Amino acid sequence: MTTSESLPNQLLVAEVESPPLTLANLTWRRFRRHKMAIFGGVVLILLTLYSFGGALFFTEKYSNFTDTKLRLQAPSAAHPFGTDTVGRDILARTVYGGQISILIGITAASMEVLIGIVIGAVAGYFGGKIDSILMRFTEAMLNMPQLLLLIVMSKFFSGQVPNINVFGRVLSGSVIVIIFIIGLTSWPYLARIVRAEFLSIKEREFVLAARATGTPAWEIIFKHILPNSIAPIVVSATLGVAGAISLEAYVSFLGMGVRAPTATWGNMLENAYRYIETAYWLWLFPGLLIVLITLSINFLGDGLRDALDPRSRTV
Amino acid sequence: MSESKHTFLQVNDLKTRFHTPEGTVYAVNGVSFSLKEGETLAVVGESGCGKSVTMMSILRLIAIPPGEIVSGEVIYRDDDLLKLSESEMEHIRGREIAMIFQDPMTSLNPVLTVGRQLTETLRTHTPMTPEQCRERAVTLLDWVGIPDAANRLYEYPHQFSGGMRQRVMIAMALACTPSLLIADEPTTALDVTIQAQIIELVKRLKQDVGMAMIWITHDLGVVAGMADRVIVMYAGFIVEESEVDDLYENPRHPYTIALLQALPRADRRREKNLKSIQGAPPNMLTEPVGCPFAPRCEFVKEICIRENPLLEIVDGKHKSACWVDVKTGGLR
Amino acid sequence: MTRYIIRRLLQAIPLLLVISLILFVLMQNATDPLATMGGRMPTKPEDRARLTRQLGLDKPIYIQYLYWLVGNDWAKVDLDGDGVAETSGKRHGVLRGDFGTSIVQTGRQVTTVIFERLPNTLILMLTAEVVIVLGALFVGIYSALRQYSLFDNILTGILFIGYSMPIFFVALATMYIFSINFQRWGLPHLPTVGMFDPQVGKTTGQIMLHMVLPVFSISFISFAAYSRYIRSTMLEVLGQDYIRTARSKGLPRREITYIHALKNASLPIVTIVGLDLPLLLGGAVVTERIFAWPGMGRLFIDGIDRGDTPVVMGVLMLIAVAVVVFQIITDIVYAWLDPRIRFD
Repeated sequence: MTTSESLPNQLLVAEVESPPLTLANLTWRRFRRHKMAIFGGVVLILLTLYSFGGALFFTEKYSNFTDTKLRLQAPSAAHPFGTDTVGRDILARTVYGGQISILIGITAASMEVLIGIVIGAVAGYFGGKIDSILMRFTEAMLNMPQLLLLIVMSKFFSGQVPNINVFGRVLSGSVIVIIFIIGLTSWPYLARIVRAEFLSIKEREFVLAARATGTPAWEIIFKHILPNSIAPIVVSATLGVAGAISLEAYVSFLGMGVRAPTATWGNMLENAYRYIETAYWLWLFPGLLIVLITLSINFLGDGLRDALDPRSRTV
Repeated sequence: MSESKHTFLQVNDLKTRFHTPEGTVYAVNGVSFSLKEGETLAVVGESGCGKSVTMMSILRLIAIPPGEIVSGEVIYRDDDLLKLSESEMEHIRGREIAMIFQDPMTSLNPVLTVGRQLTETLRTHTPMTPEQCRERAVTLLDWVGIPDAANRLYEYPHQFSGGMRQRVMIAMALACTPSLLIADEPTTALDVTIQAQIIELVKRLKQDVGMAMIWITHDLGVVAGMADRVIVMYAGFIVEESEVDDLYENPRHPYTIALLQALPRADRRREKNLKSIQGAPPNMLTEPVGCPFAPRCEFVKEICIRENPLLEIVDGKHKSACWVDVKTGGLR
Repeated sequence: MTRYIIRRLLQAIPLLLVISLILFVLMQNATDPLATMGGRMPTKPEDRARLTRQLGLDKPIYIQYLYWLVGNDWAKVDLDGDGVAETSGKRHGVLRGDFGTSIVQTGRQVTTVIFERLPNTLILMLTAEVVIVLGALFVGIYSALRQYSLFDNILTGILFIGYSMPIFFVALATMYIFSINFQRWGLPHLPTVGMFDPQVGKTTGQIMLHMVLPVFSISFISFAAYSRYIRSTMLEVLGQDYIRTARSKGLPRREITYIHALKNASLPIVTIVGLDLPLLLGGAVVTERIFAWPGMGRLFIDGIDRGDTPVVMGVLMLIAVAVVVFQIITDIVYAWLDPRIRFD
């Protein structure tokens, strides 16, 4: 290194001077500093334990057991969270509902990421006509409030998917529908991000070099460009989980989401507002759980953004 | 420079730090210097040596936090600028002490017209009417060599070239005829031919206004033709201070010597290759114990590692912060 | 400028057509208008068949879409449902401003039904938007100017929590506290549902009183999101070189913040407001349901529930057109604020 005008600032100097760090190391160091993100991670683990560990204490059958004589019981020793309008135990239902909510969050976000990456990558990499068609389509998707679109689609698919059996559990077909439609309506933002990343990265020297040596397009897309645009994708995927969980809650709240008997934190709130004067426990416990999980995932996503993608801005 | 002029700016033991997530950056570590009326002082050093931070601390333009002016005083005429209130400071900035910056592309507000940005200084510091401000703005643009000044007032910065924007910046700085202009590498971001024009312009305007000037640069070549006195900074310390001619003929600090050797010169033969300074720039995240330049110094002695030398007079007006006599290679 | 607007409008036409086609197909298959018929559910198979023919639901979907789009006054339709298409159609189609008639509120024009509800939604949503933008500007700028202060840290935390809250939770919690419990404790309390107390009548005071909780619920989350956004935008702008220049000129802090910084920061803010405003037309579906507010959101949900396809399509297309129009307005405002952008 010479007397350099090339070193932009002290901070970089410090990073050069200390022993070399891998990207993962560096990310972890930045992430660790973000106390709220650590907090979010811990709460998220606790909520997962609650939903999956709780299954050791209650059977699903119990969570779906109705006894109208016990309807709308206030919280007590026997029913710590009270009972709902048909006498089901709310605590047990939040345990099983949590499983479904988390499942919906993760699978719908995965679907969103998959579609978003494919559309964004194809549009960004190939450009031209393909790009303009895909982007018009993306724009059309963004032209509709997502919730309204979800409601229409939920109505369209409702009753068309039969109940299915997963690991000995019967899942309402509406779970599949919800996952599918949330995934299908959430990708446009991610697709735009991925496209923008691809547009800038594909002009970089290493991509030009790969192209010059005749590397096939799919290999350039997946091995050269995608790994370099992973930071914003990871961040959106994380936030996407929180988005999917709360979208499910909104749709189910309106009675167009997951159908009984399968519980989710969202559909437990359905009609709860009708009993607001008499039975606060109907909405308080599932509502708090939804707030907690979206909050902790958002904290996590925020920390990841700072750690992976420090220059980006939050909206 | 004449001896009769008196000192109007005295900086004593200025220390500025930045508290960043990576740790505390020791940017300025006890800088003292003075300036006389009408004098031109050049401050030289590589990027990140604290020369800009020193000047920004004088005008209190450091963002606090993360920055902190830990100690020191900046005596301007009768006031310690570091003790003034923010609104008293606003009367100093732009009216008494003005500053121009490195990058004219980003230093002008993109959404306001050039005229607006020029006249707002006048509006703030003088009792002129809007009409008088406008006329004065035209005169100023004319003065810094912008053709068709009357019409260009209504244009936005993006409609000007880099050199023209720096002229606008200069016109803005000189609008209230300050007694000190601080120029923070004003030519670094410009083309070489434009650089020369701007330097000539500033020299001429300085004559017209009769102000003092501090010219920050990393380019010792620029200094020779315009400065009266030179300060060399390294790692937040002043390592050498001298009249300009003496510095070139008789450098006393190993860092200055290294800088001069890295400078291409017309009077030097080709075979004598340009030398670069070995080693990396200092880590500013720790307060240095010994001489900050010791790890890269070719004269390094054992004491240099242990103790940081003070800036002391070595010869007349020539000061240096070094244990070593560079002429003999032994300790002073 | 005019040419730019015309070009944008022309570009929007295929976009709107595609949107309308997709939504039309979804809606036609999603709901069975005959299932409810606003409580007059036809049971006899021959009645069903007659109604199906009367509503034109026996036609292939592309014909139905065509009739919806351009009207059917040029074709013979089966108005009495006897299986013979003998009368000329009366519909003019969406392109000529005829969105058809509501199935639930028999015979009433969709446009009439929608415009009846539109003011209710607008009064709620525009109030909310004003609260959101003004509040977020104040909080965002204030905390950006005091970055890392105690106030800023606490506020950032609160905003983050607010931003993660679902609307229904805010709505239920505030309703529980401020109307139900306040009433129990004998304190002055806010009304729970509706637009006005029927015993008092539809007075301005009543509507304002009934608006407090819904507006709060709608504003809360967006307020948090906008504040965070404005704060980070302001921080970015305040770190720019031209702000340092302005400070070095000795300009008063107020002028630096509200002219030099805010004018630059307003560019991204204008964009998000411009994108969000038209979406407000959808009403806060959830809020309107919880607070029983007779707005567009309720109209939409009821329409979905009862299979009132023409009304639902009307609401959706109104929003789609509003989005397009607001995008163009946003671009124009942006260009007006940013001299670097010109449409030549």
